[in-house]
Amino acid sequence: MAILSKDEAQNILKKVLSFSTADECEATLNGTTGGNVRSARNAISTSGALDNVSLAVESRFGKRSGVATCNEFDDATLRRCVQRAEEIARLAPENPDYVPLLGPQQYLASPLSFAQSTAGITPDYRAQQMAATLQLCEQRKLSSAAFLEDSAGFVAKRNNKGLEAYQQATDLTFSITVRTPDGTGSGYATADYNDASKFDAASLAKTAADKAAMSRQAKALEPGKYTVILEPAALVANSDASLLGAMMSAMDARSADEGRSFLSKKGGGNKKGEKLFDERVTIYSDPTHPEIADLTFAGDGRPRQKTTWVEKGVVKNLYSSRFWAQKQGIPDLPPPGGFIMEGGTQSLEEMIKGTAKGILVTRLWYIRPVDPQTLLYTGLTRDGTFYIENGKIKHPIKNFRFNESPIIMLNNLEALGKPQRVAGNLVPPLKIRDFTFTSLSDAV
Amino acid sequence: MGGVLVNPEQLLETIDPALKKRLADAALNAAKSAGASYADVRIGRYLNQYVFTREKQVQNITSTESFGVGVRALVNGAWGFASTNLVTEAGIVQAAKNAAAIAKANQRVQKEPVKLAAQKGYGEVSWKTPIERNAFEVPVKEKVDLLLAANAKALDNGASYVNSALFQVNEQKYFASTDGSYIDQDVHRIWPTFNVTVIDRATGKFRSRDAMASPMGLGYEYLTPRASDKLMGPQGTGVIGYKQRYDMLEDAALAAKQAKEKLTAKSVTPGKYDLVLDPSHLGLTIHESVGHPTELDRVLGYEANYAGTSFATLDWKAKGQPYGSKLVNIVADKLQPGTLGAVGYDDEGVKTKEWDIIKDGQLVNYQKIRDQAHVVGQQESDGCCYADSWSSVQFQRMPNISLRPGTAKLSVDDMIKNVDKGIYIAGEGSYSIDQQRYNFQFGGKVFYAIEKGKIAGMIEDVAYQANTQEFWGSCAAICDQSDYRFLGTFFDGKGQPGQVSAVSHGSSTTRFNGVNVINTARKI
Repeated sequence: MAILSKDEAQNILKKVLSFSTADECEATLNGTTGGNVRSARNAISTSGALDNVSLAVESRFGKRSGVATCNEFDDATLRRCVQRAEEIARLAPENPDYVPLLGPQQYLASPLSFAQSTAGITPDYRAQQMAATLQLCEQRKLSSAAFLEDSAGFVAKRNNKGLEAYQQATDLTFSITVRTPDGTGSGYATADYNDASKFDAASLAKTAADKAAMSRQAKALEPGKYTVILEPAALVANSDASLLGAMMSAMDARSADEGRSFLSKKGGGNKKGEKLFDERVTIYSDPTHPEIADLTFAGDGRPRQKTTWVEKGVVKNLYSSRFWAQKQGIPDLPPPGGFIMEGGTQSLEEMIKGTAKGILVTRLWYIRPVDPQTLLYTGLTRDGTFYIENGKIKHPIKNFRFNESPIIMLNNLEALGKPQRVAGNLVPPLKIRDFTFTSLSDAV
Repeated sequence: MGGVLVNPEQLLETIDPALKKRLADAALNAAKSAGASYADVRIGRYLNQYVFTREKQVQNITSTESFGVGVRALVNGAWGFASTNLVTEAGIVQAAKNAAAIAKANQRVQKEPVKLAAQKGYGEVSWKTPIERNAFEVPVKEKVDLLLAANAKALDNGASYVNSALFQVNEQKYFASTDGSYIDQDVHRIWPTFNVTVIDRATGKFRSRDAMASPMGLGYEYLTPRASDKLMGPQGTGVIGYKQRYDMLEDAALAAKQAKEKLTAKSVTPGKYDLVLDPSHLGLTIHESVGHPTELDRVLGYEANYAGTSFATLDWKAKGQPYGSKLVNIVADKLQPGTLGAVGYDDEGVKTKEWDIIKDGQLVNYQKIRDQAHVVGQQESDGCCYADSWSSVQFQRMPNISLRPGTAKLSVDDMIKNVDKGIYIAGEGSYSIDQQRYNFQFGGKVFYAIEKGKIAGMIEDVAYQANTQEFWGSCAAICDQSDYRFLGTFFDGKGQPGQVSAVSHGSSTTRFNGVNVINTARKI
């Protein structure tokens, strides 16, 4: 049931719209099927499966809007759902930010967002991938904890102004933490894909295991400003805040125009067009990119297209709601799904080779905002932090707390490596000078 | 939270316990027939209503219902869990069979069988949050009017922008197990909040202050101010503390004034300070530095890949090292009225209780559930098992973790009189702690310098960094019971896939000596 074809989905949506008596009506179907398996202490700890399709109906009378949902699709249920949305709309206050629903739209094709290899995953496949990690860690007398989650789904949308959208997408995300039995070493690896045929849990387990073994008996360095090489997993993250993720999600035009963003300008207005970063910083989004193929329409039906957010250090675009774009007369850009930061060709190993003194950071953790004005964030290094000297990893070091702003960090850029996919984004490892560590942590 | 959108009137409906018992028995019988030595079933109806406003307009009003069943089965020493939104006898029996089948599959890779602490059945019992006014019975217009009135107060007092929200939750949970328990519970929670921002266009500087309200295990009565529930903060701060009732209009006006004052407040000089921490701030520090490290599943490594582990391992505890100074007594409970943790029974049918975690500065116990008790040589669960939905598997979650108040009479003003160089902090701000809970950094909502026993004005850009044991070791004085208040959260996250839970932390204003304070101002 979870993945309806385009015709199946649009037929349900057409029926929904035929029941509507509202001025405007938009219906959205979302379906997901998938599963997960989790391990800890070298054993599977939990596993589960998910299979769900839900319909959301938005009805509007003038500037009043109501939304209702259901997850059964017989005529009587669909009719009730539409009626409920209309009842709620009639009771709702007028929305001063009202904009009419979108009419017909052209969407790009992004066929690689869906892979049958992922849609066809079975519980046995998940167990086998996990078993491979358990076996490797048992052989090396290390302890692992990991999580594998996969999903296949679709989104279909239709309204009475002529908008019609449909796309399928798949995702597989895996992460593993490997620890030494004495608790003095810990390593981490993560990866995510549209296409599960690229996934090999054992090789990621090996990376995490190698880091765990290498990170034993860490030495303490004094807190202060250091040159760091931040691996992609230290810049963006799946299940926690991240430095680059936080910066991208702060690129909203309205907050900037209202004066409460790092992009607000003294005296009013925003910093679009200003050079805020090192000229090697270019960040764009492209939902058709083969490595991070994504939905080509946003939740409100706006098309997602290739959009440059930062070019050669200059802020090129801010995203906004449709209401704010119309009010301000600015480009109507929805927020991106994943983003791509351009990098170089160097591998991580080559970047290490080119470093006289520095610190290699596998992962940053528990990142929280300290000051929204400067985008200052705090957090800690975790699961593999190493001292580099004369182009080589010299020894593991104890974890640090940092207080740093991605804006300052992207001005202190030394080098960019080859981008890798993390959490649906493509991000290069970055070498940064004067990264601010403010205290030591005993955590391993 | 997920769920199906409904009309507000549907939030007042309930389901007959006799029907739930019949369905639950069908599930338990099906699980037993499929080989389960133990099974439990949770029929859950999770209701939420959220109201959002900004300045003079309503942004969104959402009412949702999520209804379904989760069945857990123990077969040959392995757990299996399955859930369904088909709350019919056929649907629930199928879920029970699925749970047993998953248990059998997991048993093949299981090394150690699950050992479940014995639990007596309670028969047919019920429990309800002792609320005075069900928030779902209050007309939506009354809630909207309150939020818009709070916004107006903030705007009248100099706010450039204000967002406000009201979150209301009702968990109607029916639990039954093969131990012979049939437990019907009606749990209520509420959280009013706002964010006020003041902008100085000339300098481009902006500052915000959030509400001093806490999420509470109360009904709509929390929003009816009562003089006896207000506590004036230290002289010279204007800070107001709230116990079991909250004055949203008063706080919104104060927030605007304080946000404005923050624009010109002096930037802190980094260094060592004695900190005087209000309960509206200290609750979060307790949560992160005592609540999480004493969760037994973290201690054992079950959260290693996400939330992390703990410094407070079984070996560490055995060494008898101090967790804090002798003044530090931390208690766990799921009983205190008005708290988010308060329920009659947990999500595996264990009656809730109170127990010591830290006594006279020593770690004496952990937080544990039925399949963990044997690991630490104990015979019973602490009753802190929870699932955030019928579709989530229940696991160990943090109960209320609270600092016991000082036994000697001590007011906040008297505490400050003895501080030579310090900072008074109220409200939760930025927070971050490492994955084993050693090193943390906390901000706050408002900061005041203390010089020679007196409040010496508002300061800004403050964050303190400490190590958990050193911090609690520096605990030098705790105000008495009359200052005791709760700070809670609706969204404590843990597990993969992630689950949230709601928890409160009680404390009185407390002094910590010689804590490292950094300055967080930067130029970009």
